[in-house]
Amino acid sequence: MLRKIRDGAAEALSGLLFDGMTVMSGGFGLCGTPETLIAAIKAAGVRELTVISNNCGIDGASLGLLLEGGQIRKMISSYVGENKLFEQLYLSGTLELEFNPQGTLAERIRAGGAGIPAFFTRTGVGTLVAEGKELRDFDGQTYVMERALTADLAIVKAWKGDAEGNLIYRKTARNFNPMMATAGKVTVAEVEELVEVGALDKDGIHTPGIFVDRIIQGGPYEKRIERVTTRPRPEREAA
Amino acid sequence: MAWTREDMAARAALELKDGFYVNLGIGIPTLVANHIPAGISVTLQSENGMLGMGPFPYPGEADADLINAGKQTITELPSSSYFSSADSFAMIRGGHIALSILGGMQVAQNGDLANWMVPGKMVKGMGGAMDLVAGVGRVVVVMDHVEKSGAPKLLTRCTLPLTGVGVVDLLITDLGVFEIGPDEGVTLIELAPDVTVEEVKAKTEAAFALAVK
Repeated sequence: MLRKIRDGAAEALSGLLFDGMTVMSGGFGLCGTPETLIAAIKAAGVRELTVISNNCGIDGASLGLLLEGGQIRKMISSYVGENKLFEQLYLSGTLELEFNPQGTLAERIRAGGAGIPAFFTRTGVGTLVAEGKELRDFDGQTYVMERALTADLAIVKAWKGDAEGNLIYRKTARNFNPMMATAGKVTVAEVEELVEVGALDKDGIHTPGIFVDRIIQGGPYEKRIERVTTRPRPEREAA
Repeated sequence: MAWTREDMAARAALELKDGFYVNLGIGIPTLVANHIPAGISVTLQSENGMLGMGPFPYPGEADADLINAGKQTITELPSSSYFSSADSFAMIRGGHIALSILGGMQVAQNGDLANWMVPGKMVKGMGGAMDLVAGVGRVVVVMDHVEKSGAPKLLTRCTLPLTGVGVVDLLITDLGVFEIGPDEGVTLIELAPDVTVEEVKAKTEAAFALAVK
């Protein structure tokens, strides 16, 4: 059987990277982002990338690292705040930006992986998002046609995975990762814990291994938090 | 006296009904969670992939894998569930969320909402707002009645790029509460304490009917 487990991020990406390629990267903010593979793409130095990701990391972390090296030509995202370098590059015209409503972005990727070339949605009808796109009425409602998205490479991050490429995500770190795993011509996954085949609950697998071509043990994980928000601990429990 | 942010959040919380699945936006809408009326149980959805959002964690207990759509750390409840962004927006677009409470920059008298973009300024993106207003059955907007400059925000037509067309059902500002219907237009139904209809008229561009309870 074809070996999916690779020895580190550089080997996992070997032969896959080229200038001008399209890369999908999972994660929401800094949560569930494939940080090990992003660092390897930075080290590889490929340029003119189109990156499809809900956000573009923050200054100095996650996809923000690829901005530092000027490796990204275009971003397809729903929200890009909290990133000064992004703002500078965008306002100076070096970086192209396509905004998609978050649900439309998720569905475009889902459709891409599911072999559906386009779909109709109410989201964005009558706004800038629908300009230049086909509109159609169904049952008295107007919908806009959105095209599917695929990529030359999808990089995803999971909590646990095995040699078959089966993946399980943890809490809200799942987000865009499962759809992106289906929509890459090649999908590379990094996991916090690579486990023996058979160790994962077969009913609990989120991404079946068919969608994953290569898998690595990622890390060590920094897992930065963008906004640590807490509430005061009661002085005495149940006082 | 005009309502404070907390007053506006408390008023918005009166729109909650027992058993509702609700999505709360960033800013004043987030505060609505602190004012859920006694005897009412609602499930909070976070569009990054969670139902049953719990409160913020105690110091030292934040989990990097557990955040809300504003990227703040949160906690789970015994009833919580996690899912992908595609499933999350199937809930939103598919009409499974009963109520969306979100902030606004401008609201027009036909219910148009603008809350994501000011031309000429750095645009951060619409996030999930366009999906929420298009897909959720009832949309409540909470915002200050006027700009810092004093310019009205409840307008005959929005001048900023739209988030959705004819989507707002209820508007809560620091001055009062307005119902908005596709045929009825805007109706002022409540005033904040000591706020007069004359003051609201002076600070509003949109035409509105009066039905103050």
